[in-house]
Amino acid sequence: MRETVRISTSPIDTNAETKAVSEAGGDIGAVVTFSGICRADEKGAKISALHLEHYPGMAEKEIAQHVEEARKRWPLLAARVVHRVGRIEPGEVIVFVATASAHREAAFAAAEFIMDYLKTSAPFWKKTEGGGEEAWVDANEKDERAAERWK
Amino acid sequence: MKIVYFAWLRERLDKTEEDVNLPASVETIGDVMQWLKSRGEEYELAFDNPKVIRAAIDKTHVRPETKIAGASEIAFFPPMTGG
Repeated sequence: MRETVRISTSPIDTNAETKAVSEAGGDIGAVVTFSGICRADEKGAKISALHLEHYPGMAEKEIAQHVEEARKRWPLLAARVVHRVGRIEPGEVIVFVATASAHREAAFAAAEFIMDYLKTSAPFWKKTEGGGEEAWVDANEKDERAAERWK
Repeated sequence: MKIVYFAWLRERLDKTEEDVNLPASVETIGDVMQWLKSRGEEYELAFDNPKVIRAAIDKTHVRPETKIAGASEIAFFPPMTGG
């Protein structure tokens, strides 16, 4: 399987990333992509940007570990995860996940699996910027439950 | 021992990392948090509710009861909010 895990300080080119996965080789018949995008509000309050902090080394390691776990569960031919860090404005992509397989079922399931674990176990933290104030985003219980269902 | 901090823990302590000499009685991650709490007001505030703090040893998630023997880097951080 071809896999790429990358932390990026610059905007993510989802078209280029999708193309790279689609052309990873093997008999790829299905590519599923997910883009997590910065919203203009957080819990009803307008924000002007998000600041993403990460634990260098561990962030890549955690994601790679769950990509590997996905590979064991589904017949994947390629997987790609790119996570942005630094200042991100509304409309910009925070995270991009792509999975490729011969058929769609494996690609859909693996993409969801990787995202669910990324949310709860990859060391990234969001802080909002807006209205002259900054605030750390609280962890979401819904995300915890989403990851639980794969156990 | 090298200790690194992230997100609001880093802000409350006003440091990204530090080197500390842990006493021999400090054996687990939970012990480290208790010990740090005794180091001053900012630590007491930062580690006020240890239940909400996550930890890693050498870039792998660990639990409060995990022993720190053999560790070279311990990290403390709030629950993760990436993606």
